[in-house]
Amino acid sequence: MAMNVMEIVRSYELAPEGTIGICGGMAMCASCQCYVKSTHELPEMGQDEDLMLAEAFYVEDNSRLGCQIAITPQLDGLEIELAPES
Amino acid sequence: MIQTDILIIGAGPTGLFTVFEAGLLKLRCHLIDALPQIGGQCSEIYPKKPIYDIPGFPEVLAGDLTDNLLEQCKQFQPGFTLGERAETIEKLDDGSFIVTTNKGTKHQAPIIAIAGGLGSFEPRKPPIPNIANFENKGVAYMIKEPEVYRDKRVVISGGGDSALDWAIFLTAIAASVTLIHRRNEFRGALDSVDKVQELKNAGKITLITPAEVKGIVGDTYVTGVRIASKDQEEYTLETDCFIPLFGLSPKLGPIGNWGLEIEKNAIKVNNALDYQTNIPGIYAIGDVNTYPGKLKLILCGFHEATLMCQSAFKRIFPDKKYVMKYTTVGGVEGFDGTKKEAPKAVVKAIQ
Repeated sequence: MAMNVMEIVRSYELAPEGTIGICGGMAMCASCQCYVKSTHELPEMGQDEDLMLAEAFYVEDNSRLGCQIAITPQLDGLEIELAPES
Repeated sequence: MIQTDILIIGAGPTGLFTVFEAGLLKLRCHLIDALPQIGGQCSEIYPKKPIYDIPGFPEVLAGDLTDNLLEQCKQFQPGFTLGERAETIEKLDDGSFIVTTNKGTKHQAPIIAIAGGLGSFEPRKPPIPNIANFENKGVAYMIKEPEVYRDKRVVISGGGDSALDWAIFLTAIAASVTLIHRRNEFRGALDSVDKVQELKNAGKITLITPAEVKGIVGDTYVTGVRIASKDQEEYTLETDCFIPLFGLSPKLGPIGNWGLEIEKNAIKVNNALDYQTNIPGIYAIGDVNTYPGKLKLILCGFHEATLMCQSAFKRIFPDKKYVMKYTTVGGVEGFDGTKKEAPKAVVKAIQ
């Protein structure tokens, strides 16, 4: 089954369990916020994600919600940094 | 002192279903939850979202599931301590426990069932450097007593329902209400957005968007906030109060210090038997527990609650013989005197 960035982070336990993916991937919390460091073309930001990020902390121009980025072969080499927990 | 048979910490779906299963065994329950309403994540994060894996419900909204669970267990008359967080636990000589909340409410029970999900929901605090200095001195992350804001100048920031709803509410008592959000669009219910628009047009709410509060001004108490926006120099807006409302996030919190075995932010339990923790008499069920193969699903919480209640019954009544009865056979006899039972078959001869 295809994963999104949030799920990848959880499956490799890159962030403490219970601190990321709190809403399960509905773009209804911002616990999976990450900064996109590479120039890959990403799925366009939906309104849910945009408005959720408008209430998140430590938001930068390259902020995205990991749960809204599905991993596809085109994203090979994607570089991200997890935003601080808040 | 509130006394009960099973003290449930967390009033989410697992906690509510525990009331039903305990009730079938004639055990009474009381629930503590940090949120002011029942339902846990289902009501706080996604009440309007559908769930598709509740057995027997091809589709159910999280909010409706909460309502149904309450309806299902109401004849067992659960008690509630809402808006309070379970803080400390003490074991008495008779083996029972006393759990005290952050507001000092004491509860005593022989069995504790922690159904705490990902933890208690705490307000998210914006990373404004000097904000901690002004907590309770003009800064509040949740509104407990609206009267505090009577005739005060209030600045609210946030873009969800709580920011909108409180901005609307406070126009009736505050000297002025300013709502600041990083977008022109709001995430709240359409009704609330329309109402804020109406109050803005009437001059009762000042809307500053897109903008952000970057700092707080004041000696001891808040006297103003520093507002930054893309196309304007940072400036100070005078105010008496600043209320950032950015939703809540769950934290395991004080339960983490109760001497329970914790692994990956969850409580380790014996899943081969009864979901008991390393402290006899304390169980952990639903998303808050962990064991090999654990799945954080509501339906798994229901199963765990059911087995846990059987174990609790044996702990409370070690000498009683008990055989599980189908509800279809035994019916559901409430503590309120009601009885639900399967209708008797009608026997009638054919002439």
